[in-house]
Amino acid sequence: MKYIKFLLVGIFFGIVLTKSEAVSWYRIYEMFFFQSFHMYGIIMVAIGTGIIGIQFFKRRKIKNTDGETISIPDKEKGITRYLAGGILFGLGWALAGACPGPMYILFGAGFWSMGLVILGALAGTFVYGLLQKRLPH
Amino acid sequence: MDFIFKPFPWYVSGVLIGAVMLLLIYMGKNFGMSSNLRTLCSVMGGGKYAGFFRFDWKTQRWNLMVVAGAMIGGYITVHFLSDGSGVNINPDTIEQLARLNIDAPEGKLLPDAIFGMENAWTPKGLLILLGGGFLVGFGARYAGGCTSGHAISGISNLQLPSLIAVIGFFIGGLIMSHYILPLIF
Repeated sequence: MKYIKFLLVGIFFGIVLTKSEAVSWYRIYEMFFFQSFHMYGIIMVAIGTGIIGIQFFKRRKIKNTDGETISIPDKEKGITRYLAGGILFGLGWALAGACPGPMYILFGAGFWSMGLVILGALAGTFVYGLLQKRLPH
Repeated sequence: MDFIFKPFPWYVSGVLIGAVMLLLIYMGKNFGMSSNLRTLCSVMGGGKYAGFFRFDWKTQRWNLMVVAGAMIGGYITVHFLSDGSGVNINPDTIEQLARLNIDAPEGKLLPDAIFGMENAWTPKGLLILLGGGFLVGFGARYAGGCTSGHAISGISNLQLPSLIAVIGFFIGGLIMSHYILPLIF
């Protein structure tokens, strides 16, 4: 039962992302040609909301539902992995028009060909796992 | 109640996506969709092949529940909360897509030229869908996060590495859409 709340958050997320059209291949294509403000607006407002909320959590030392003071670990320092990984991710994002959230959301909505994208993503994750130690990070 | 059947404007969407992230943080978790791919590899026995998949995936069950919910949310929205008006993209974009023989939205979320079943099961379709997915999966783990983990969560927490990753996302995305997609189509 303790997982129900996460299922509900997921349902809300799925509805919001579909309603926002961020799941649409068309919106991603349009974004990369700077032909609409839509996606940039979504990303910027989401970040703005996030910054305000996280600052509120930190300054007020808000406790999470487990009763612990909220603290978010910093990302490891570095450039190579973020830039190289980011570029590879971006190539795939613009090709399949879907990042991981939308893949699942669209598959659930009945776009079965998204199953191939998810299979590809699992394969990509698996190959990364195999090569991890040999890649520059 | 009419708004419930219309797409949300960007400013509403942005606030709600930010709220999802804050809600997960408040629940003692984090907002990251691509880490589920690693969890799923681990569930399927990936630990036999690489240490990267040897972790207690049961600690990630909550995130798999978020994914399950997201799929349900997508189903609900497409089947019960849409007026079928489709994505209202820029007419210039539609014209540009027509030159690549990619169909206009006209009530759809995704182009049939890529996602229609008759096109998905062709060598070109498989290359796009499996290849695109592969790059997303590989790139997300290499960069340590995707749009949710870096662009939204990381930048919201003022993390420089996340900004670098997002710059990478856009470099890759611009190269693909401007230079490689026209070669494929």
